Amino acid sequence: MNRKLVLPGFTLFVALLFTLRLGYLQISSNNYKSLSEGNAVVERPVFPDRGYIYDRNGKLLVANQPAYDLMSIPEQLKPFDTLELCKIVGITPDYLEKKLHENRRYSVKLPSVVVNQIDQKTHALLQEKIWKYPGFYLQDKSQRAYHTKAAANVLGYVSEVNTSDLKKDDYYQMGELIGRQGIEKFYEKYLRGQKGKMVYQKDKFNRIIGDYQEGQLNEAVVQASDINLTLDIELQEYGEALFQNKRGGVVAIEPATGEVLALVTAPSFDPQLLVGRTRSENFKQLRNDTISKPLFDRGLQAQYAPGSPFKTLNALIALQENVISPKTLFRCDGGHYYARGAFMECHCPIGTSNNLMSGIYNSCNTYFSYTYQRIIEGYPTPQEGITQWKKHLNSFGLGNYLGYDLPIGQPGYIPDAALYNRFYGEKGWKAPTIISNAIGQGEILTTPIQMANFTAAIANRGFYIKPHFMKSVSDQSQGSEYEKKWTTIDSIHFETVIEGMHKVVEQGTARVARINGITVCGKTGTVENFMLLDGKKTQLTDHSMFIAFAPKDNPQIALAVFVENGYWGARWAAPIASLMIEKYLNKSVQRKWLENRMLNGSLEAEYQKPYLGIPFTINE
Amino acid sequence: MNSSIFSRLDWMTLLLYLSLAIFGIVNIYSATFVEEQSDLLNFTIPVGKQFLFFVFGLTSGGLILFLNVKIFERFSWSFYILTIVLLIGLFAFGKTISGARSWYNFGGIGLQPAEFAKIGTAFVLAKILSDFHTNLKSIKSILKVSGVLLLPMFLIVLQPDPGSALVYLAFFFVLLREGLNLGFLFVLLSALALFLGTLLIEVPVMISSIAILLVFVFLYLKWARYKPKLLPFLGVGILAAAFVLSVNFIFNSVFEQRHRDRFNIILGKEVDTQGIGYNINQSKIAIGSGGFSGKGFLNGTQTKGNFVPEQHTDYIFSTIGEEWGFIGSFFVILMFTLLIIRILYQAEKQTNIFRRAYAYGVASILFFHFFINTGMALGIVPTIGIPLPFVSYGGSSLLAFSMLIFIYLNIDANRLKEW
Repeated sequence: MNRKLVLPGFTLFVALLFTLRLGYLQISSNNYKSLSEGNAVVERPVFPDRGYIYDRNGKLLVANQPAYDLMSIPEQLKPFDTLELCKIVGITPDYLEKKLHENRRYSVKLPSVVVNQIDQKTHALLQEKIWKYPGFYLQDKSQRAYHTKAAANVLGYVSEVNTSDLKKDDYYQMGELIGRQGIEKFYEKYLRGQKGKMVYQKDKFNRIIGDYQEGQLNEAVVQASDINLTLDIELQEYGEALFQNKRGGVVAIEPATGEVLALVTAPSFDPQLLVGRTRSENFKQLRNDTISKPLFDRGLQAQYAPGSPFKTLNALIALQENVISPKTLFRCDGGHYYARGAFMECHCPIGTSNNLMSGIYNSCNTYFSYTYQRIIEGYPTPQEGITQWKKHLNSFGLGNYLGYDLPIGQPGYIPDAALYNRFYGEKGWKAPTIISNAIGQGEILTTPIQMANFTAAIANRGFYIKPHFMKSVSDQSQGSEYEKKWTTIDSIHFETVIEGMHKVVEQGTARVARINGITVCGKTGTVENFMLLDGKKTQLTDHSMFIAFAPKDNPQIALAVFVENGYWGARWAAPIASLMIEKYLNKSVQRKWLENRMLNGSLEAEYQKPYLGIPFTINE
Repeated sequence: MNSSIFSRLDWMTLLLYLSLAIFGIVNIYSATFVEEQSDLLNFTIPVGKQFLFFVFGLTSGGLILFLNVKIFERFSWSFYILTIVLLIGLFAFGKTISGARSWYNFGGIGLQPAEFAKIGTAFVLAKILSDFHTNLKSIKSILKVSGVLLLPMFLIVLQPDPGSALVYLAFFFVLLREGLNLGFLFVLLSALALFLGTLLIEVPVMISSIAILLVFVFLYLKWARYKPKLLPFLGVGILAAAFVLSVNFIFNSVFEQRHRDRFNIILGKEVDTQGIGYNINQSKIAIGSGGFSGKGFLNGTQTKGNFVPEQHTDYIFSTIGEEWGFIGSFFVILMFTLLIIRILYQAEKQTNIFRRAYAYGVASILFFHFFINTGMALGIVPTIGIPLPFVSYGGSSLLAFSMLIFIYLNIDANRLKEW
């Protein structure tokens, strides 16, 4: 062996060995790259403040207040003084252990909440000691702060994302808030903005020492937008006050724009209940109240037979179909036989002769039975007649979802030929068979917002604009999006019906709703209703119902009011509607006696009847 | 031979030296980077100090180039003795830094005699080997040479700085070149193989494999009609078995746990990434995360996060690996290989033994440092704290290596000069 070659040989061998080793570490093995990112880079989200919510007059309804979450990243946890931590934040060691276990199962690498919404004082205490708990950190966050006790059903609420939200949308991470109901849910994207991301460089002690790659990977926060609602919060609050100790609701719409001025449901709840650490406790209570159902938005979700207010629509359809004229007379003898042995009662005295207008303000059942019969019989078969009738009703937004900007609702129901064919067979029914539809009973179902909407269409003499709750987003107008939806009824036909509705208030069934100086048009309703009691269909006291708009010639407000088990329309619903019109148009209410009667009136006794376990009488 | 020394200079070596030193400063800058104060002329921070010593190195190198080449051989012993005195003086005047009394302190600037002692030793070794009395086949000469090498090693081990002492083993390559029986190399490599084998494999398995191997070789030789004698084979077998047993005994009963750990980490027998294995693991992560082309100057996340301890000194290669990637690291390996081979190539052209042995000594030291340091950063050599020549932060080291190189350059440039 040539000794000259020993060291050169070693040198070349070592160079080759090192090169191969480098190749293995740097090129063939990806493992080290991710290891490096794992221990040297940390991502922290940056949250924009959730958008504020204002009413139509710019009054602040929902803002934010600071809160803090204690977060943990399971893989970074080291043994720590559990007792001390529990003492500071006020939880039990068992809870802590359970939570940490849950978080570990969710993700070892991603941060999860351990204790949420820590108040400022605890936060100050914890902030000083947080270095003792590696793997824990405090996340600044804000929670909702409400400046009104009303409108919880419209505003909705936020809550922490759950695992199914996480699966649906990878934008969210454990512990973040998401709009869960109402405006908060529907306009989540506007209200939350877009969170940003800071990517930091860590050192070996897990301390942040600066931006990673000069912040190239940072993502800027997109600020949230503020929302102006169409609600008039004063009207809303007034409506909720009027509904103390009653069940039911009000939907008030500005006819010219479709803007919802008030959406009252009663009973409701203080939105502040669903904020902070008592949130889940309170929510459970609200959800468990299955009798008065405070979480059930009656204005949007309750489906009732519309009752007498529906007569206005039948009148319009009959005029459009040219089967009656405003002068058409029908005789009423305290009711009439619509089929052999089948008598429909009416409160007209025997020998009354009504034209269309008096038919409306006297709410004559007989008049509208004949009218309805003519609509159906205007076609060769009742099937064709009812199809045409339904088409007109659909054009008023009945029988389907209205498409407003809140996440809940019901379609209501308008019966069609197929339904009755199924009930009675194709040859088995005629107009008298389905005569209940004439007076808004029978198979028809509407929601209060649908009723307010068709009232607005009447007020507009033939069109409506889709009801909606958002007026604008951060001052950029949203109005252009909505177009007039014309009904299938020609404008000229509305005047007689409107005049009839005006007479309802002036000299008809709802004289209590008269307001000096304001031309109110309305129509009362008294709706039969039933519930299952011990498996038996039991009739309860009628619902009190009223639709109205005002002023007659330049309508500013159209509304539908219903009071569950309030008996006849003029007893509860018409006064409430009248007071709300006065409040909205005059900004103050003169008729204190009526206001007091409504504020102090309670139907609690009525609501208790079915649950007392003893026989009871209704409609007293 | 009247031309200027610059026309005879080994420019390739000089260029490689300069490149490595400058690249070193660049990487020290990155490894110790702090936003506010990173100024090459701030001599209170590592990069400024390194730059200062680079200037010192160049200045003294310039002076060295103009010395008469004969001076080195004439004053070999004086220089050696001076460095030995400095090493001894440490015990009286030295300053203790991280547990080792290895430094003289001159107004804030530390000097480490062990680095300079390499130069003296290289001189004296060359001097002895060039003496016509010396014959590495004789026990007497071997003992003499060993004495010269072991004296500084012993003094350095006492500081204690075993890593720096180990470097003197590099001179073994000089001895091999100058006539030491190559059998020594064979024995050394066999011993190393047995040592590692013992740590990796159970002792009985190890001994039986040695026996089987010997039997095979014996039978092969017999078959090839070499007529081997049985006795030497038996002797080798018994020696090997004894070695294995004693290694096993020393490793498990004499070594302390921390020593055992260093080997176990490298052999992959233990994975402890938080304790003893932390350095090597972090260094591997840093280098591995650099990928093919690296994260770029000042962009190493591991480097900035100070994850690798001693990153600007012994683990500077991990910064290179992270920020310059495979390309940069390979370039460094290539430069060292070229430098070592170049010096060895030039050494063979020298006209007398002193000059050849000295040049060989320089190459050997460079090789040894390069092998141990880079191998450690790559996780294939146990942790031994010695710097990467020219590149690692350390004034004494940079200055001493600069002097080694410039003395070589002088000697090489004057190789055709008459005495």
